[in-house]
Amino acid sequence: MVKLMIVNKMKNQLIAVSLSICLSIASFTAVAAGDEGVQLFPVDINVFDTAALQQGARTFVDYCLGCHGANYMRFKRLAGDLGYSEEEVEQYLLPAGRELVDTMTAAMDAELGVEVFGTDPPDLSLVARARGGQWLYSYFLSFYEDEERALGWNNTVFPNASMPHVMWELQGVQALAHQDDSHGEPHGDDSHGGHPNPADQFELIEAGLQSPEEYQRTVQDLVTFLVYLSEPSQLQRHRMGIWVMLFLALFAFLAWMLKAEYWRDVH
Amino acid sequence: MSENGVNKGRRRLLTATTAVVGAAGAGLAALPFIQSWQPSAKAKVVGAPVEFNLQPLEPGQIIRGLWRGKTIGILRRTTEMLDTLPGLDSKLRDPDSAAEEQQPVYAQNQNRSIKPEYLVLVMNCTHLGCVPELVPEVGAQPFDAEWQGGFYCPCHKSKFDLAGRVYDGVPAQLNLQVPPYQFLDDRTIVVGIDPQSPA
Amino acid sequence: MARPASSMRSQISALGNWVDKRLPVSSFWRDHLSEYYAPKNFNFWYFFGSLALLVLVNQIVTGIFLTMQYKPSAAEAFASVEFIMRDVPMGWLIRYLHSTGASAFFIVIYLHMFRALLYGSYRTPRELIWIFGMLIYVVLMAEAFMGYVLPWGQMSYWGAQVIISLFGAIPDLWIISGDSLVEWIRGDYSVSDATLNRFFALHVIALPLALLLLVMLHLTALHQVGSNNPDGIEIKQNKDSDGKPVDGIPFHPYYTVKDIFGVGMFMLLFAFMVFYAPDGGGILLEHDNFVPADPLVTPEHIKPVWYFTPFFAILKAVPDKLGGVVVMGLAIVVLFLLPWLDRSPVKSIRYKGWLSKISLTIFAISFIRLGMLGIGEGTPAELRESQVWTALYFLFFITMPFFSRMEKTKPVPERVTSSH
Repeated sequence: MVKLMIVNKMKNQLIAVSLSICLSIASFTAVAAGDEGVQLFPVDINVFDTAALQQGARTFVDYCLGCHGANYMRFKRLAGDLGYSEEEVEQYLLPAGRELVDTMTAAMDAELGVEVFGTDPPDLSLVARARGGQWLYSYFLSFYEDEERALGWNNTVFPNASMPHVMWELQGVQALAHQDDSHGEPHGDDSHGGHPNPADQFELIEAGLQSPEEYQRTVQDLVTFLVYLSEPSQLQRHRMGIWVMLFLALFAFLAWMLKAEYWRDVH
Repeated sequence: MSENGVNKGRRRLLTATTAVVGAAGAGLAALPFIQSWQPSAKAKVVGAPVEFNLQPLEPGQIIRGLWRGKTIGILRRTTEMLDTLPGLDSKLRDPDSAAEEQQPVYAQNQNRSIKPEYLVLVMNCTHLGCVPELVPEVGAQPFDAEWQGGFYCPCHKSKFDLAGRVYDGVPAQLNLQVPPYQFLDDRTIVVGIDPQSPA
Repeated sequence: MARPASSMRSQISALGNWVDKRLPVSSFWRDHLSEYYAPKNFNFWYFFGSLALLVLVNQIVTGIFLTMQYKPSAAEAFASVEFIMRDVPMGWLIRYLHSTGASAFFIVIYLHMFRALLYGSYRTPRELIWIFGMLIYVVLMAEAFMGYVLPWGQMSYWGAQVIISLFGAIPDLWIISGDSLVEWIRGDYSVSDATLNRFFALHVIALPLALLLLVMLHLTALHQVGSNNPDGIEIKQNKDSDGKPVDGIPFHPYYTVKDIFGVGMFMLLFAFMVFYAPDGGGILLEHDNFVPADPLVTPEHIKPVWYFTPFFAILKAVPDKLGGVVVMGLAIVVLFLLPWLDRSPVKSIRYKGWLSKISLTIFAISFIRLGMLGIGEGTPAELRESQVWTALYFLFFITMPFFSRMEKTKPVPERVTSSH
């Protein structure tokens, strides 16, 4: 009976400490996430969604890889991780004249980038770790027409970005919605609850090849790929972790039995 | 402390079980560290198959290149060179290329090659890794009075014939290695990949 | 069949004797494990000493393997870390074990230090243990700071820039000026390749050697006087007829098996962080550090890693640059003085009065709160709050000599209060 109480006490202490550590990390995170002044749109990113990864990779190669590189990533790794065979990677993703073992460098050279955009388009290998998936998702949904900018585009998430809206054919052309008519026009969908919603901020002035829902899906897939791209080993990490933890749980249990057995001596 | 009531068997069993599981855990934990010494993805790029253009190669000539940091030699043999091969069997250590690791099955023949004309070799001596020289001239040499043409290693005087087969009585014990290779077309060889598998 | 087995056993014991005559193996085992008596009433807080040792070993082993792949040059450092993360087989795991290990080290050390505050483990005769422990803490902070520079991301670069610049606050003395000192530390006119290279050398060789030496001294001093315990009773003062402390139990097997259990539980939590939250939501690995160092672009909020933020908040709370550096330094120095500030007749919080209990609670809260404020953007409201907590932090030490002596304490029992 006494022993049981001790175990319980110890367990409670352990739980209390781990909880307090988790809580303090959580509250730190909350502080950190509050840094950005911009409202971001909610999105779920699942890097284990192979179909999303494949679609995202194609979008990435078609729309991003022309100007941006992902210099730390090799095409070859996409086979396997994305559920593609090497032939499929060559067929769907490998630009002409590139080898599977090559890294995903940009097609355009840096000097041309400086000439056209005024800046060298940044490498995208780690962009999702630097910016976060939600930021990227919101960014791709927040381009709007702005004639004062050199290339005719601006962005609410990243104001005065040098990048034009490369996927405008898919999305169409957005303009900033007038603040005052937001209450007059019902936006229909209340399922978003209190979350910020692109439809509240923009109006589509020219339709694109995709419907707004299809475009959001395209962007979500692209961001899923970018999140994968920022840390390809996360697939392996998530799969391995559970086995490591199960093993350690077994070990800790045995160690506890051992400890309890010896401590019968101590009164 | 009470000495009575101690279940020694249970203690020993628990100690042993925990120790075994702990040791297994330590062993598993060592694996990632051991694996990290394997060639990286970057090193494997350097280890990728390498193409050789045979166009400029005249009969009797050899070209060299690198594959995985090893010297690859491609010798275009003349018919006279090929004719020397059958007569040498008695002087060689492994005339029939019986040692399986030294060549792929498709090169396990008299000429040790896919096409008799082209000999593809890893040029590092099977003794200690020096690069043997091609000495094609037939006739007395300082190292062999009855030389029929072949490869001679300056480091420790190992001798090989024009198919890379090792002579008997020299320090090297194995024939020069034939790497996996395939003909992409008549004029191009890819080293590092077997003929069956797709490019 | 019995003969060969017994002769084999006698051969092994002969070999054992041979070694033992030449190396004090069995006497070391006796003195420090099987006949080293530790109080039998250790509780949860006493796990963190052995865990600190475990984390130290983890850092050394993973660090050695990272050194095999990392390139300490400004041109290659960032890319070599990504090379480890992507191209080296299992390199990501080794890197995360090291980076998460750094944070785990501080969590363990902070809890270990808090234990000393709770039970008066710094009091006579354990002042030197505390001093060595504090030195370990200071060296560990230097070690962690330099380690954080190595990935050469934006936070590495700008964190180094800010922290090194603090030395510029030192007023001119004879031939030394603050600016010349800053230049000397950087080895260049800005944080550069030279800085990275020397930090690498200090991080992988010099400071780890210092740490190991200090850990050895810390443990030697501990085994000289023996462990304190939650009751703050000296178990050596109450021995039985054999000369063994009646409230002591041999460290081996009792505390070895207990610590192994602690190790198991710790590794379970640690593995969870390594595999499922290696960047800790941007706290353990900051988002900005995934952008390569760029001397032309300063990140919006430069902040140190979480384990430095209490001191960073103290630094920011003082409006004057030199004043801030001095106060921040004092916040660490004052911890060294604890053994002489505490004048209580009892060691453990269990028998101290309510003033001690309230003070320690406020102190702990001030440290945590300052840590959270140190991460923030430094708004005026945050700065004001930091000033309040900084004052409370120091008030704990300033008032300790008085409240600890004056308050009414409870009687300390003769024997440890075993919870068993």
